[in-house]
Amino acid sequence: MSNRYLSIENVDMTFHGKGVETQVLKSIDLTVERGEYISIIGHSGCGKSTLLNIVAGLIESTSGAVILDGKEVNSPGPDRSVVFQNHSLLPWLTVYENVALAVNKTCARTKNKAERHEWIVKNLEMVGMGHALAKRPAEISGGMKQRVGIARALAMEPKVLLLDEPFGALDALTRAHLQEEVMRIQDELGNTVIMITHDVDEAVLLSDRIVMMTNGPSARIGEILDIDLPRPRDRIALADDPRYNHYRQEVLRFLYEKQRKVESLAQRRSAAKQPTKVKAQA
Amino acid sequence: MSTVQRSDSMSRSARLGWMPDLGSLQHLLIQKVVPPVVIMALLIAVWEILCSTPGAALPAPSQVLRDTWDLIVNPFYDYGGNDVGMAWQILASLERVAYGYSLAVVAGISLGVLVGQSTWAMRGLDPVFQVLRTVPPLAWLPISLAGFQDSAPSAIFVIFITAIWPIIINTSVGVRNIPEDYRNVARVLRLNGYEYFTRIMLPAAAPYIFSGLRIGVGLSWLAIVAAEMLIGGVGIGFFIWDAWNASMISDIVLALIYVGIVGFALDRLVAFIGNRVTRGTAQG
Repeated sequence: MSNRYLSIENVDMTFHGKGVETQVLKSIDLTVERGEYISIIGHSGCGKSTLLNIVAGLIESTSGAVILDGKEVNSPGPDRSVVFQNHSLLPWLTVYENVALAVNKTCARTKNKAERHEWIVKNLEMVGMGHALAKRPAEISGGMKQRVGIARALAMEPKVLLLDEPFGALDALTRAHLQEEVMRIQDELGNTVIMITHDVDEAVLLSDRIVMMTNGPSARIGEILDIDLPRPRDRIALADDPRYNHYRQEVLRFLYEKQRKVESLAQRRSAAKQPTKVKAQA
Repeated sequence: MSTVQRSDSMSRSARLGWMPDLGSLQHLLIQKVVPPVVIMALLIAVWEILCSTPGAALPAPSQVLRDTWDLIVNPFYDYGGNDVGMAWQILASLERVAYGYSLAVVAGISLGVLVGQSTWAMRGLDPVFQVLRTVPPLAWLPISLAGFQDSAPSAIFVIFITAIWPIIINTSVGVRNIPEDYRNVARVLRLNGYEYFTRIMLPAAAPYIFSGLRIGVGLSWLAIVAAEMLIGGVGIGFFIWDAWNASMISDIVLALIYVGIVGFALDRLVAFIGNRVTRGTAQG
């Protein structure tokens, strides 16, 4: 690899619960270049969120290592900011204060008070939330909350931005709109991004590479697909692009032919009986 | 945001003029004020009828009013010793509650946070709490008299020990129920212990803490009356006991009404503060 910025090396993850060992991830190897947009796609329960949490440092892998910019990751930190699936804004703080909490904590040494204020507003304006600084999360829509979540993550100037199904809880129109915004911001800032998704179109539209995971337990990286489409990408123009449709088909084929989710009834029952950590993470 | 909303609604009412506001005020009056007034009048009428028969054990409301008129119109007289107005009696009780309750708030929230944060502390302390919280408030009085050798701190201690359990238990539940997401946000931001406590834990647990505080203040007011009956001195509890010994039943009735109103006011005060503080916390 010419430019390995983030590398996930031989990561295994096994959860222990009530005498049962469940191996969720098995020998995950992945290198990500600086400025690359990576999507991780797979059926639910395949451990993709677990993988993201390991990169975030929120959970520790059983073996293997994550190395970011030459340093091993072993605890969470602002250099790997996460946009959580359910926005996780603090409801007692306003939009501005939510971002301010992150900025004041992470940029306390590099920026003075006025600069921090400017930076907070700038990031909120970038996601189109400059009009709602004084609003509380309960007063804005789900899409807006997610925008604020993205602003908060971007404001930390992370080395890698981790998106955990960021648009999963949104309706289709809002989702499309936010995808456009993320592409625009990505063009502007050139962040390194890892995004968990289960939406094939989203993965193809946004990514430089799509990492497809096999079904768990013991999920591995099944295939990696390079998406060689010029940027900026336009959803409508791409709809007729044969390459776009080819990529789409590749992912669909992987998900629905090679890794068809077959869950026997007995398996499902035993899974229901033991709602292990695996389920919660998925 | 609240200011924005407020000015918005103000401008709206200004645009509509005063008439509709008066109309809605009238509506509110009929909806909220009339029912309790009607029921109150009915209850007093029934009481009057039941106690007006000759030889009734308890005084009728008209009798109560006649007997206690001096107390009602002169709440602040002071003839020295225990012979002071009702307002002083109640204030003396409130002062004891204020001391005991404040101590319970500080100690209760601290212990609740400890128990909520540390599984080890929870396992160790929870059985102790579960047993001690069932001890009735007055059962603590003799032991605290023995310990303090004085009635004033004993009364305060009884209030403290009565109010602290719901505060501890609710705080610990609130702390334990802080969503994993908020913890993760704190971890990603690398908040230190103090920042986590003030920025995440207290606001996230505030609704639980305040429900504990509300139960606590109610219990302390319940306990103070009983405790004061035993320790004597100025205070609404001893006033009731004193009136009973002097067979002044009307004074007791008046005192009960005051105790009820003050208890209600305390409950509402804590609820009001809770609403102000936790505004926006409950919804996600």
